[in-house]
Amino acid sequence: MTNDIAGLDKSDVALIIGSDTSEAHPVIAARLKKAARKGKLKIIVIDPKEIRMADYAEIYTCQRPGTDVAVLNGMMHLIIKNGWEDKKFIEERCEGYEALKEEVDKFTPEYVERISGIPAATLEKIAELFGKAETAALYYAMGITQHTTGIDNVKSTANLQMLCGNMGKVGGGVNPLRGQSNVQGACDMGGLPNVFTAYQKVGDAPVQEKFERFWGVSLSDKPGIPMTVAFDKAYDGEMKAFYIMGENPMISDPDLHHAEAALKKLEFLVVEDIFLTETAKLADVVLPASTYAEKSGTFTNTERRVQLLFEAVKAPGEAKHDWQIHQMLANKMGQNWNFGNAREIFEEIRKCTPSYAGMTYERLGFNGLQWPCPTEEHPGTPVLHIGKFTRGLGLMTAIPFKAPAEMPDADYPLYLTTGRILQQFHTGTMSRKSPGLNNLAGPHAMISVQDAEAIGVKNSEKVKVTTRRGSIVTTAFITKRCPKGTVYVPFHFAEAPANALTINALDPVAKIPEYKVCACKIEKV
Amino acid sequence: MQISMNGTSIGAKPGQTIFQAARDNGIFIPTLCYHDKVGAAGKCRVCVVEIEGMNGLQTSCSVEVREGMRIQTRTEKVINAQKLVVDLLLSTGTHDCIACDQNGKCELQNAAYYLGLERGSLNYGVPEKDMDESSEFVFVDRNKCISCGRCVAACNGTVVNEVLDFKYRGNKVDIAFDDDLPMGKSSCVQCGECSQICPVGAITDRNSRGKARHWEVEKVYSVCPYCGVGCKLELHVDRKANKIIRVNGVEGAPTNDGMLCVKGRYGYDFVGHEERLRNPLIKNPDGTFRDASWDEAIDLVSRKFFEIKSKHGADSIMGMCSAKATNEENYTFQKLFRQVIGTNNIDHCARL
Repeated sequence: MTNDIAGLDKSDVALIIGSDTSEAHPVIAARLKKAARKGKLKIIVIDPKEIRMADYAEIYTCQRPGTDVAVLNGMMHLIIKNGWEDKKFIEERCEGYEALKEEVDKFTPEYVERISGIPAATLEKIAELFGKAETAALYYAMGITQHTTGIDNVKSTANLQMLCGNMGKVGGGVNPLRGQSNVQGACDMGGLPNVFTAYQKVGDAPVQEKFERFWGVSLSDKPGIPMTVAFDKAYDGEMKAFYIMGENPMISDPDLHHAEAALKKLEFLVVEDIFLTETAKLADVVLPASTYAEKSGTFTNTERRVQLLFEAVKAPGEAKHDWQIHQMLANKMGQNWNFGNAREIFEEIRKCTPSYAGMTYERLGFNGLQWPCPTEEHPGTPVLHIGKFTRGLGLMTAIPFKAPAEMPDADYPLYLTTGRILQQFHTGTMSRKSPGLNNLAGPHAMISVQDAEAIGVKNSEKVKVTTRRGSIVTTAFITKRCPKGTVYVPFHFAEAPANALTINALDPVAKIPEYKVCACKIEKV
Repeated sequence: MQISMNGTSIGAKPGQTIFQAARDNGIFIPTLCYHDKVGAAGKCRVCVVEIEGMNGLQTSCSVEVREGMRIQTRTEKVINAQKLVVDLLLSTGTHDCIACDQNGKCELQNAAYYLGLERGSLNYGVPEKDMDESSEFVFVDRNKCISCGRCVAACNGTVVNEVLDFKYRGNKVDIAFDDDLPMGKSSCVQCGECSQICPVGAITDRNSRGKARHWEVEKVYSVCPYCGVGCKLELHVDRKANKIIRVNGVEGAPTNDGMLCVKGRYGYDFVGHEERLRNPLIKNPDGTFRDASWDEAIDLVSRKFFEIKSKHGADSIMGMCSAKATNEENYTFQKLFRQVIGTNNIDHCARL
């Protein structure tokens, strides 16, 4: 998030696009709902499902999956046409406006309606509410990113917010809601193939030199490969070994049959986890690790807030903290690491990570600190890009519309889209150990009333969902919240894994799979 | 500013209520309906005080302090009024603390203790109400409900799930879920905000019942392991049993201000689960696993990594770090790959 959670009630308007907020980020949803019911906030929801947040929205509309660029371009078309753009902000703080203006020119409401299914009149209402707002925030989650046009979608959200001058101010911003407790931190710590900590680029000479001096070895300056690509290379026999810490790609990866075949072709697979997960079962060596409650350390949340965890219980048996395992391995392989606890590691992180340099465990205290926090006197940064963008001028980019990789056709006539539900989490390694949560939510497919009637399936009956990758049998959950022509399957369930159905089509740059759109058919079992 | 409380001069901040100023100065005023998050309701009348120059008793939760204000919290008039209210509450419903999970934290118990009331003196003959055990995670005992309205305010005004409300009037008043459905059949999403905010034992966490009383648990701060909002948790831990007994949201935390969702509050079974891995495992040639020592496992991993690296190069090894591990552990993982193994092939499921 460019902005902070506490500031969300300072917005006049919030656009929620591609985030089922009350299911996936319930506490942020609560704050948005409160701001809408008790405060001044007006919510706009654009989502293929009529999500619960729509009940709190001023305007809800349903777009066809994978048409977000067209919708956002259409909003910008109307905002520019009506003169609601922030001319001063564009003039002083952005570049690329002319190209953007030219591109969105053809996205008339009628044209957008043909692509997205959103009635022209509704788009006009949305553009007016958003465009005329003094301060508007934009919230998205994987509904924007998990597309072959993921980067295009994200850039479009940034275009819109720069166009309306909503960047660098309280209550505004482009606010991706991050889906896992420390996904932000894993990125910040250099858990990505092309960057060291704090996004310092691999291959950048001064950065290479800095880390070579800091770690006392010569380092590869060749960026690594993303996980989605590594699976393809493992399948081709090019990759030989995987070391997987606390992840379960056997549920979370696209096209699971392909992922399983890839893992089985490896010469050596190490899995470090808390349970014998679907992935760990394929491993040659399994290393037992600790849960959040068994360790001290820090997580960084979606608003870049670094917060402390404290050890509450002991890990079972001989299970260790992940860092202890890494240290044993590093030392076995000839290094001499001497970390005594998490705090000592954090002290090392500070030394090579400019955005964390000013943080100490003492300073993190009760509230934590939001990066960037470059010095020990710095109060942290709740809102990014105030006065100036990190790169200088904000770059507006002309984004043409591209259709998803696989569209419904005669053989597979429905859209399949996947996501989360409130009562379960990700691959279920944690949440599915709770009998209560399992009683509340099992595997299902959300199907529209019309599509269910067409195949004669009733609520709670079994239904088979099939794509070109595979099929699953699951329970039909027939709901008016699903529009005709779209099936929604949550991906948490190993016994009916949504990712046995999804397509392994990736965004060309981000390499994120298109979980949110592919073609499927349904049959009564 | 300075005000006078029970004849002693104390500091107070403009905009504070008398109740808040008293609390900040360690002066106990019993209260039942007031909570920082849902604000003053002025309903329960237990927090009354006398203020010089004002007629009658005033509710300290709703009156703001003014410079030089002179307040009495323990006059006979105040105590008698408080006793009457608490006596009425004790007389309606079943307020037996013996096996109650709220024992030691109950605000009605605190008030009764402060006023020296052992039990209610009036006999209403209020009929016993059924327990609502229909919800997966939340237990409702309406016999202990004092109709303070905190849960109703929280459900509608804080988490805005709009499930809870009052039904009926007078001595029939009661909380209701949706159109008076059993909690488990209602549209409740079981965030547990009502349980956390309930001052008495009327709404409690079902899985924690009978596991440990409040003074037997140690409270440890943590951060929720599920989504990326980073809700601050207060884990209630039985150190001897090595178990999490209960999870509360931390009031006043910048991320969640006490709120949690059903997973964060109740989905902690995995921590002490019997299927947890307890020791390293090495795969046998027949595909089964055998237990191994750390030495053996680390030895094998390092040997295989050396072997593969020398045969196929470091870039034939891929590391996946974890969005559920700490910053410190992600740092050591990527350092292991970059410094020790010699490749930048590191990624995690940020995209998935």
